[in-house]
Amino acid sequence: MAELIDLVLLGMLAITAIGVIVLKDLFAVVMLFGIYSFLSALIFVSLDAVDVAFTEASVGAGISTVLMLGTLALTGRKEKENQHSSLLPLLVVLITGAALIYGTLDMPPFGAADNPVHEHVAPRYIEESPKEVGLPNMVTSVLASYRGFDTLGETVVVFAAAVGVLSLLGVVRREEDDAPESGLKEHRVLHVVAKLIIPMIILFALYVQFHGDFGPGGGFQAGVIAAAAFILYALVYGLPLAFRVVSPKFLQVMAAFGVLLYASVGLYSMSQGGQFLDYNKLAADPIAGQHYGIIIIELGVGITVFAVMLSIFYAFGSQAERSNIK
Amino acid sequence: MFVLDIISAIFLMVGVFFGLSGAIGLFRFPDFFTRVHAASVTDSIAAIFIIGGLLLQTSFDLNTAKLLFILLFLMITSPTASHALAKSARHGGQLSLSESKTGQKESAQ
Repeated sequence: MAELIDLVLLGMLAITAIGVIVLKDLFAVVMLFGIYSFLSALIFVSLDAVDVAFTEASVGAGISTVLMLGTLALTGRKEKENQHSSLLPLLVVLITGAALIYGTLDMPPFGAADNPVHEHVAPRYIEESPKEVGLPNMVTSVLASYRGFDTLGETVVVFAAAVGVLSLLGVVRREEDDAPESGLKEHRVLHVVAKLIIPMIILFALYVQFHGDFGPGGGFQAGVIAAAAFILYALVYGLPLAFRVVSPKFLQVMAAFGVLLYASVGLYSMSQGGQFLDYNKLAADPIAGQHYGIIIIELGVGITVFAVMLSIFYAFGSQAERSNIK
Repeated sequence: MFVLDIISAIFLMVGVFFGLSGAIGLFRFPDFFTRVHAASVTDSIAAIFIIGGLLLQTSFDLNTAKLLFILLFLMITSPTASHALAKSARHGGQLSLSESKTGQKESAQ
């Protein structure tokens, strides 16, 4: 039964991917990408990787769809006709694909107990992390403590993305009078429902942020969900009002603050005589130190992801407004 | 528990029926607004029945509460989404089937 579900999901994934290639209407392609992400999230759920599924659903299907739609508002929705012959790319893709499939022939059977992945670090995490870190959600232990260095790198990458987008586009702040009105001004139903739902989304983001130690969730997902709440506000009430609620300058400071908060935990643990990001030194009791460290760095991740996603949306949104006026 | 399982199965099957009919309607109906109607059937009544069926499968603990919350959110968001979709189509000049037919007659005369 589980195999049937996997097969159906993978088949739908393949159909969606082909649709993305064939369709020329970029609006439909963006929507198909959202469906693709949801399908991958479902596959992750059926593989029992709920944390990854959560990230895929919120980041892949949620925020990237919105950002790609923002890009479409700037660039237009038709794909450019391709004049080049596609023979050489086809050849490259075929050879690469054949090599990859040939490579899988040497892999151990799927799900076998003596696979390298099940023998290397995974047993250590499963056996030792309850004693060493003590969190019920082992994924968070691995992500935030054992692999704290990698996660710091990921947070810096997210921050760098914001620096790149903002240095290319920049947020145009306009005067109140010449600001175009939101096209949704007359949507009374949307206004009411958005007001009803935005506080609940923010509450859910906080739950995901601070419940990540115990269940699926954590800084990445929480940051994206909180950003979604403010993006909804900006879409329904217009960018100028959203700028008054959370100003772009504030977001830029927050994006840097999250990374610095993360790194400062590492520096503090060094000052206490440990190594960089050695949470054991944060408190007298090593387990309590681990808990403090993980909560603080997850908060840093959440703040950075929230600020970066929202400022990228601001950058796209304000550019789209400007090009609409011209 | 046996009775609950049967009720749950019936709920799930009704939900699947509505989901399927919504999908068929999405492809078969003639114009934009009837299609939105078909799609909104999928995410309102089909969702109610499927989540209702799942509710009966829980052992009435935290999961029940979570499913109820999901149901509540779906009841708020999916009609809003359908409404916004139809209204923006209207705003963008999309005509319903009868309107576009009379429009064609007038232009033919």
